[in-house]
Amino acid sequence: MSSKPTEPRSRVVIRFAGDSGDGMQLTGDRFTSDTARLGNDLSTLPNFPAEIRAPAGTLPGVSSFQLHFADHDVLTPGDAPDVLVAMNPAALKANLSDLPRGATIIANTDEFSARNLAKVGYAANPLEDGSLDSWHLHSVALTSITLEALSAYGGLTRKEKERAKNMFALGLLSWMYTRPTEPTEVFLARKFADKPDILAANLAALRAGWNYGETTEDFTSSYAVAAAPMPAGTYRNITGNVALSLGLVAAAHRSGLPLVLGSYPITPASDILHTLAGLKRFGVTTLQAEDEIAGAGIALGASFGGALGVTTTSGPGLALKSETIGLAVSLELPMVIVDVQRGGPSTGLPTKTEQADLLQAMYGRNGESPVAVIAPQTPADCFDAAMDAVRMATVYRTPVIVLSDGYLANGSEPWPVPDVTDLPDLTVEFATEPNGVDAQGNPAFQPYLREPETLARPWAVPGTPGLEHRVGGIEKADVTGEISYDPENHDRMTRLRQAKIDGITVPDLDVDDPTGDARVLVLGWGSTYGPIAAAVRALRAGGAHVARAHLRHLSPMPANLGDVLRAYDAVVVPEMNLGQLAMLLRSRYLVDVQSHTAVRGQPFATTELGAVISQHLEEVST
Amino acid sequence: MSIELGMPRLSKRDFTSDQEVRWCPGCGDYVILAAVQSFLPELGVPKEDVVFVSGIGCSSRFPYYVQTYGMHSIHGRAPAIATGLATSRPDLHVYVVTGDGDALSIGGNHLIHALRRNVNLTILLFNNQIYGLTKGQYSPTSRVGQVTKSSPVGSVDQPFNPVSLALGAEATFVARVMESDRPLMMDILRAAHEHQGTALIEIYQNCPIFNDGAFDLIKDRTQQDARLVRLRAGEAIALGPQEARQVLVRTSQGGLEFVSVEHADPAAVVVHDPTLEDPSLAFALSRLDSPEMTHVPVGIFRSVSHPTYDQGVREQVSHAISTAGGPADDAALQSLLLGGDTWTVG
Ligand SMILES: Cc1ncc(C[n+]2csc(CCOP(=O)(O)OP(=O)(O)O)c2C)c(N)n1
Ligand code: SF4
Ligand SMILES: [Mg+2]
Repeated sequence: MSSKPTEPRSRVVIRFAGDSGDGMQLTGDRFTSDTARLGNDLSTLPNFPAEIRAPAGTLPGVSSFQLHFADHDVLTPGDAPDVLVAMNPAALKANLSDLPRGATIIANTDEFSARNLAKVGYAANPLEDGSLDSWHLHSVALTSITLEALSAYGGLTRKEKERAKNMFALGLLSWMYTRPTEPTEVFLARKFADKPDILAANLAALRAGWNYGETTEDFTSSYAVAAAPMPAGTYRNITGNVALSLGLVAAAHRSGLPLVLGSYPITPASDILHTLAGLKRFGVTTLQAEDEIAGAGIALGASFGGALGVTTTSGPGLALKSETIGLAVSLELPMVIVDVQRGGPSTGLPTKTEQADLLQAMYGRNGESPVAVIAPQTPADCFDAAMDAVRMATVYRTPVIVLSDGYLANGSEPWPVPDVTDLPDLTVEFATEPNGVDAQGNPAFQPYLREPETLARPWAVPGTPGLEHRVGGIEKADVTGEISYDPENHDRMTRLRQAKIDGITVPDLDVDDPTGDARVLVLGWGSTYGPIAAAVRALRAGGAHVARAHLRHLSPMPANLGDVLRAYDAVVVPEMNLGQLAMLLRSRYLVDVQSHTAVRGQPFATTELGAVISQHLEEVST
Repeated sequence: MSIELGMPRLSKRDFTSDQEVRWCPGCGDYVILAAVQSFLPELGVPKEDVVFVSGIGCSSRFPYYVQTYGMHSIHGRAPAIATGLATSRPDLHVYVVTGDGDALSIGGNHLIHALRRNVNLTILLFNNQIYGLTKGQYSPTSRVGQVTKSSPVGSVDQPFNPVSLALGAEATFVARVMESDRPLMMDILRAAHEHQGTALIEIYQNCPIFNDGAFDLIKDRTQQDARLVRLRAGEAIALGPQEARQVLVRTSQGGLEFVSVEHADPAAVVVHDPTLEDPSLAFALSRLDSPEMTHVPVGIFRSVSHPTYDQGVREQVSHAISTAGGPADDAALQSLLLGGDTWTVG
């Protein structure tokens, strides 16, 4: 432990920023793991460029990782960092505007050469010209100290040694915030098991960073953040994409169906494909398709055969899958479509987050083609949303779209790991017997004879004797499933398909209104949960009465939603699009909800939402 | 081929659904349907284990008329859907029915990828060199200059040769047959059924409404002899009536050429062998029909044994399962959920 004084802190936000090649994501991940083990609650936000390696030292090449950890329940990755680690001038320039005055900057002086400064348009060195006087600046020659610490490692090139500087930064930050480094040491030992030289260098750099904090006078004290009171349980830190993958696997396990994924790589959804491709041991089959259309087709073909067909993508891919999803609506077969939303239109902002595919998910198909739509709220919640999507798909034999987004996908938080036996039972029963009689009175199979309660049709899979039948995208006669061009039948079938989706059981909307007399309701959906809840919490701490609710089911919407909306003088709907949910609510419930929107590729800042909500609070009280 | 003991012998009627067939009178699709329905009982496979997946087009209505499982899907996508089905259900016999527009235009991407992967599917490509269902526009197999509704002064598009395309896409089984040639159709269907992997069968199909007579040059008895080349494994590739017999020889330039039997160098005569690993001869054979059906080979161009995609995929899964000591139980899932890095509160 440190010999310098340690000061308590309630919460800290750190941002590691550097060049894409500087290993900032790994540094952030490791700091997060070590922090999670200390029992802090936390939330993370990686932010990286779309280019794999943008030119070194340039603004577009900056990659960052932000972590918010606290001795209490954390809702967002934090608006403003308390500490910025800037590995080069570009990292400083790109992030300084987010840094409140008085915050700490740790800058790698070695990279602040005239050439690097010029690359990002600094006329003078900001570390020396006094322009950073209102921040706590620690100028650390990170690269050269790392090189020096590794001088004994003759077997490594200068480049290899330099690469360990992120571990030096991690060591220094670990000292500053009294984090243990042992888990990272274990991690490195595993990662570099067959590269002993590199392992030794990384361990040495990590220790050198720690020692630097401990011994130099530049750092006078370290900080401690006590564990957050969390419900009892076993926790792990998890990103949205991993949680979603595990949710699908758990749902397949609990349904007794093999999971078949058809997918085409696309940011920020590819990690789901990667994760599931590694889970063959759980009976998971992953097919990397030739395109998104084929990915959806593979999923639907597998579902027809009695598997749990899943396809994962982002907005552009969802567009390509539309026609196949429409076919699934018509075939009334289970299918789960995951859309990890990113900035659009077109290629848009591949690595940034947005919620602008809501209307595409709801309506982006030809004809009346309703599907179920569910949106997870936090990274860990992606697990439950995936399981619920599988429930709806299999019980109601319908495509279900899961709307995650880039923020949930890559962000992480602690997750109380559920007990497998407590997970919902999703057992599926296939049709095995004829369910009707034909015109001659002989037993016959009627593929579109619905269960009265769910309006689901039987799932009769090929290989079942006596139930041979044909399905297709042409309109089918009610009950018999034969081709039908009868206008009355089409009208009936269209309404039945809609009624089936409308009848999916979803829980009522929960409203959080501690005083019970709020006049303003803030309603969100998807990944805005954290920022909205944090903003509302801050306002309440200042005495405001404000209610909050979050829509998880977008289709069908909860039965009490209209009543909830009408119970408030003002309903504020923040969204990372130009008001898509607001439009749906206005048209459906005739309530003039107040839309607040932004599409900057980043989650809402708590302060921004706080200001917007305050304004509505004021308007209502005058 | 698996003949299940004790299974009642099925007949063509067992494979005929109760749906009224709605193709135009005289459409070649009827002939193909009848051939397939007569062939299916021969497989000795229960009808519940057979699935027909089709795209969109006149030809793609086919599944409705066969009393098996079936899916009439969307335009061009049947190979992708069938890939998902065949990969997850090795016990099924999966057929894809598609047209020249469905397979080669909108669905070209899925077709070539199914072929290169070698998924265990039999693809019946009904080639009528026209878009039938949409009432007669030129297709990717229409002749240059073909006058259709959408090419009133003749199509400018260079057509695909489906056999050449399939061979170029790494197909392991490629055949061609005339709709009316029932015996050859039966032989090919049988061979395709036994083939492990994707089998592509191009079926020349007449559309009497929008492209009547497209294949008359090889249907017409007087023309047929000089044009139709029957590919028979182990036999010299030959053409014409006994009195004017020609055989196929390799030219000194590396090409192929028909010459009269008397003038043929016996060492240069091409003996058909669809099992050659090198597809170049099969490809050269597929080019004999240009231009304008000069010589049209029918029969099996290529039939080689390669690992199948679906089997490879399943083996990876079953290997992972057996290495882990059997299917995942609750405990295995629990440890997956926990991951490698947990901490406990309370
Ligand atoms: C996405 C889409 N685009 C276009 C169509 C219209 N369409 C239906 S069938 C067809 C062409 C069919 O031609 P082919 O595959 O040769 O089948 P045929 O009718 O000749 O048997 C077209 C263009 C459609 N159904 N779906
Ligand atoms: S349009 Fe042509 S292909 Fe279609 S059913 Fe009629 S004859 Fe057959
Ligand atoms: Mg056609």
